Amino acid sequence: MKCFSAFVVCILLIMPNVAVGQTLYDELGQKQGIENIVEELLFNIADDRRIRHHFAESDLTRVHQMLSEQICELTGGPCVYSGDDMVTSHTGMGVTRADFNALVECLQLALDTFEIPVGAQNRLLALLAPMHHEIVGL
Amino acid sequence: MKTRMKILASLLPVVLSCALVAPVSAEGGRLLATGGVTMIEGAAGGGLVPWAVLSSYAEEDEWGGTVAVSQADVNDFRLSVMGVSVNYRNRLELSFAKQTFNLTTIGGDLTQNILGAKYRLGGDILYGQMPQISLGLQYKENTRFGLPQAVGAQRDSDIDAYLAVSRAWLAGPFDRTWLVNGTVRATRANETGLLGFGGDLNDSHELLAEVAVGVFLHRSLALGVEYKQKPSNLGFAEESDWSSLFMAWFPSKSVAITGAYVDLGEIAGLAGQEGFYLSLQASF
Ligand code: HEM
Repeated sequence: MKCFSAFVVCILLIMPNVAVGQTLYDELGQKQGIENIVEELLFNIADDRRIRHHFAESDLTRVHQMLSEQICELTGGPCVYSGDDMVTSHTGMGVTRADFNALVECLQLALDTFEIPVGAQNRLLALLAPMHHEIVGL
Repeated sequence: MKTRMKILASLLPVVLSCALVAPVSAEGGRLLATGGVTMIEGAAGGGLVPWAVLSSYAEEDEWGGTVAVSQADVNDFRLSVMGVSVNYRNRLELSFAKQTFNLTTIGGDLTQNILGAKYRLGGDILYGQMPQISLGLQYKENTRFGLPQAVGAQRDSDIDAYLAVSRAWLAGPFDRTWLVNGTVRATRANETGLLGFGGDLNDSHELLAEVAVGVFLHRSLALGVEYKQKPSNLGFAEESDWSSLFMAWFPSKSVAITGAYVDLGEIAGLAGQEGFYLSLQASF
């Protein structure tokens, strides 16, 4: 019981107030911020031996534009995603579970680079994680 | 306190050298901290509770493993553990732990070896609809049975079985990542087996609950609590449930350091067994 009470007290003391009224879109720095993050993500992928081969033949300008648009819309920004659905765009690629996690790590590093707070990082990942089954193993 | 530091200091080079060779042997495909840490029985979990997660960072087409040293110092006792594990394709975890329980006030040692297997039945800690569900077995062998026998233990070896369910929420309360684990264990181990198995009051397996809740302040730093129900099979002294408040730090996928405050209640008639726990783990 002692441990549980101490845990609750710690949580209440440590946790910052959750930003109220700010959309995730704002926290990521709106359109420009998201484009910067996606650009950094693609740089990180290009440096990552585990997954860069998937992108060797891709039009990275298009991927940058589409992914930025998609994140903008997902996070509550004024965008409409105009690309292909996730299943269509990843079919035949053989993305593994490990590949997916590697891309998440590249994204986390990109978010760190722009000093996006932990809470906003988590909210973004929580929006992307449900797409796992539309991307992996196709 | 001094001895603890000495023992840990002497084992540090072992753990660190494992950590240094780690990056060459395997590139773990799972996300940071998803293998938990080595609990006192050698399985992946927290400190006291085995979780549904499997050790190391091995994904479905990989293998991995861990080496860990841990020590808990409470008022009249000191538990030291050496644990190793391998994870095959994030499906099967095999582990071995060697425990020494030093009776610092009474004098003497209790010792036990634990061979563990954990099979992931299905689900995932992070992705998809289903939480990660694993089934575990532990073969425990008390290697110094004199004292356990004298206080009424019925046998020196036995099997524990458990079913564990784990799930993480990426953006839970306070926009932090939370992990919840529930484990049901069938056991008749006295003080986890250190005092043998079965006793004069009860000699059959009982179903007991173990829980863990953790929150990631950052993706490399978790704060959590664990609670473990225990049986009370021996008439000579009542056995207490255990709990802990832990902090686990994952500076990289190669190393994890866990510190905890542990409350072990009354052991062998000696009350107030509270103290500190420290564990170092290398993953490869
Ligand atoms: C939640 C995670 C992911 C999201 C939200 C996502 C999103 C996208 C989007 C929006 C596109 C552009 C679609 C279009 O052109 O219309 C795309 C393309 C692509 N994605 Fe993903 N993706 C994810 C995970 C991954 C992973 C894990 C890999 C491989 C490691 C991957 C590899 C690719 C490749 C190679 C393309 C370019 C396809 C082409 O050349 O046409 N994606 N992705």
